[in-house]
Amino acid sequence: MKSGKLINNKFLKSGSGSFTTSVVAFLLAIVVGGILIELAGFSSIATYGAIFRGSLGSSRGLVLSLSQATPLLLTGLSFAIAFRVRIINTGAEGQVYIGAMAAALVGAYVNFLPGITHVAVAVLVGMIAGGLVGLFIGFLKIKFGASEVIVGIMLNEILILITAWLSTGPLMTPGSATAQTNPILETARLGRLVPRSQLTWALVLAVIIAVYLEWMIRKTTLGYEIQVIGSNLKAAKTAGINVPKIYLLTIFISGAIAGLGGAALSLGIHYRFIEGISTGFGFAGIPVAALAMYSPAGVVVSSFLFGALRAGAMTLNRTTSIPIEFVSVVQALVVVFVAAPMLIASIKKNLMRPFRGIKNKRESLKGGDA
Amino acid sequence: MDMLQMKNISKSFPGTKALDSVDFYLKEREILSLLGENGAGKTTLMKVLYGMLHPDTGEIYYKGEQVHLKSPLDAINKGICMVHQHFMLVPAFTVMDNIIVGNEPKSGLFVDEKKAREEVKALINRFNFNINPDTRVEKLSVGEQQRVEILKALYRKADVIILDEPTAVLTPHEVDSLFVILRKLKEEGKSIVIITHKLRETMAIADRINVLRDGKMIETDIDPKKATIHSLSEMMVGRQVALGIKRPAKNIGDVAFKVEHLKVIEDGVAKIKGIDFSIRKGEILGIAGIEGNGQTQLLESLTGLNNPESMKLTLKGKEIKGSADVFLRSGIGHIPEDRLTMGLATEMTIKDNLILGYHKSPSLQRNGILSKKKIRDYSNRCKEDFNIKTPTIDVKAKSLSGGNQQKIVIARTFSHDPEVIIAAHPTRGVDVGAMEYIHSKLLDLRDEGKAVLLISADLDEVRSLSDRILVLYEGRIVSESMPGELSEVQLGLLMTGNRIDEEVEDEIREID
Repeated sequence: MKSGKLINNKFLKSGSGSFTTSVVAFLLAIVVGGILIELAGFSSIATYGAIFRGSLGSSRGLVLSLSQATPLLLTGLSFAIAFRVRIINTGAEGQVYIGAMAAALVGAYVNFLPGITHVAVAVLVGMIAGGLVGLFIGFLKIKFGASEVIVGIMLNEILILITAWLSTGPLMTPGSATAQTNPILETARLGRLVPRSQLTWALVLAVIIAVYLEWMIRKTTLGYEIQVIGSNLKAAKTAGINVPKIYLLTIFISGAIAGLGGAALSLGIHYRFIEGISTGFGFAGIPVAALAMYSPAGVVVSSFLFGALRAGAMTLNRTTSIPIEFVSVVQALVVVFVAAPMLIASIKKNLMRPFRGIKNKRESLKGGDA
Repeated sequence: MDMLQMKNISKSFPGTKALDSVDFYLKEREILSLLGENGAGKTTLMKVLYGMLHPDTGEIYYKGEQVHLKSPLDAINKGICMVHQHFMLVPAFTVMDNIIVGNEPKSGLFVDEKKAREEVKALINRFNFNINPDTRVEKLSVGEQQRVEILKALYRKADVIILDEPTAVLTPHEVDSLFVILRKLKEEGKSIVIITHKLRETMAIADRINVLRDGKMIETDIDPKKATIHSLSEMMVGRQVALGIKRPAKNIGDVAFKVEHLKVIEDGVAKIKGIDFSIRKGEILGIAGIEGNGQTQLLESLTGLNNPESMKLTLKGKEIKGSADVFLRSGIGHIPEDRLTMGLATEMTIKDNLILGYHKSPSLQRNGILSKKKIRDYSNRCKEDFNIKTPTIDVKAKSLSGGNQQKIVIARTFSHDPEVIIAAHPTRGVDVGAMEYIHSKLLDLRDEGKAVLLISADLDEVRSLSDRILVLYEGRIVSESMPGELSEVQLGLLMTGNRIDEEVEDEIREID
């Protein structure tokens, strides 16, 4: 049974390996970021000190971190779930916009829904709007083989501009100087968890969704099919799994979660749709998902880390003269180092190759095991 | 003098000792066959020799000197080359480009095309390879691609050429021409190692046979003239084995599975040109044929993976139509052509793979929620019943040997009580022990009254298991015969589109 034990250990190692990779990547990004800050002539201690004070160092900072994390958690989940079937949902930004707009319109113009049903319907409509955009991307992919990456990016532009046009034109608040729609009714507002903060029930909703998705992937037949498709598409087809159906379902879920991210912005923070409501949250979800290795539960943690960095950046800006761009640098470094193990592995793999030839991944991976 | 020696080589992987103090030597001008089951350590030993793996202990002496091979490049520069089972060629490049790539003769900054062509041509002529250096590799047959691989080794001035399972992908005729080439190479002073588990071929070509088992060298000096297939297989497996088991069908019943008017057109090319056949209960119908004659399309049609131009499929009198899912649920079990690309998600656990395709069955889930306990019990049962060698069902499928991976596929299909089994190359790339096991399982299933369709590139397998044999050639069934009615040579002729001699022809029933 000696051999059995060894194999088990290896299995555990490879399981936790991805987790350690994430942690190491994050720490490495902090260290390398610190070096860059020093090289630029600033104090890394002062920088990180300010970031810490503004994020984890006080209850106010903590609340700010959580509220910054909320949209990242949602767009991170959106990217992660789609990626589990190897669909790269670059359309999240557009889905955020359309979700924000749809929810804001329900919030502003539907006036017959009592109490909590109003906000519930508004959230739901925002999600469906985002989901339908996702569905459209999935449809083009399945029907015509269109690349979801390109379609997603193109749709972002279209949706951002359409919503901008709506908020400056037909739906603009009369007499307003800025591009925004009518304010939503009181009943459509997402309640706040902490008074006078931007921390709303959207966070609770997002965490529930994350937990649900993690459970769904691990324990249900749907999640099983998602895993098989992500692991070996051809085997999934051979086993009779309805791949187009799962694709559509997954990208719908992905789009709906991004749409919820938008609804959380318009119903919880701005109480209306404003032009430029999302400052790139759709794309910010990609590194969040990558750091979490595309695990929904992991996204909860990684979005909090990114949220804390953002919250810290505000304090950094307010209390020091250190450029807040360094926070973006640290965030970017996280992504670089998350991608690096694969990069290093692939460099190694290529060196192992006897000839500059094609094939055979399996063979070379076996070689790389050593 | 010995060309090379490996002394006391050990190599461990997590969980296994792949090589345990192995001694190995290779003489000049000899063809050595390295025999062993899959997972015995043959490939590991040769990868050590090729610099792809580094041994934990042991020394390698090459041409009398101790060497430390850091990488395959190191090995190649010293004259040790390996032809992998999966060829490492660039399909879009010409034969010549593939041969010279990495070792291009240069004039200044540019490749000296003229010199390269001369050198390659000279090599081709010297060994009678009969290959046009300007053909693109994607247009070549598998046998020809293998020759390009061998040319690559020769171009790099190899003295030792290691071939990993060289005959696995070849037709009987191509095997013969490969052997001619290998003998020629030996005459020219090369030393050759063939990694294989095929006994008959070993006997035909090798000067000396080595047997590895469970990472240990069992025997290094076997004279093929004195060895028998039985003695060798016992050495490989470590016990008595029943090879080429024949167990005639006892009770063949009514027609269970019927295929009519099957036509498949792919990219405007007719791949299957109208075939009809049926399989009875308790019968194994074998389909012989060289790969690429419509087997893939036939398999896809019978398992619901493509849309044939026309087909009527009936299972026990009920017509089956729809997606792969419908076919599976109607009781058509499928052992796919290629377990790695079609049969398994190797990054997932054994347990997960054992339920693939059947994960929606009521015995494994309820309301879309997988039952952890039921799946665990079921998987452990499969592991026991089908002798899957693994410490636990929670390891990734990729950690298993080919034979055990195939057992996952077989266990999964057989445990769900199929009415008919479509088995494609069920023992491809598996070792003798697993092969024997899979064969007896197929026969058991047949004796339970199931209908079995066996498609295999291994003619021996088709001949020994089938109760009836069809030959598929260019999308048509060109012959139907009973086992033993046609010889291997006769079947081989039919498979390549030839007719059998007139006097023999009278004895066989010709099919339209």
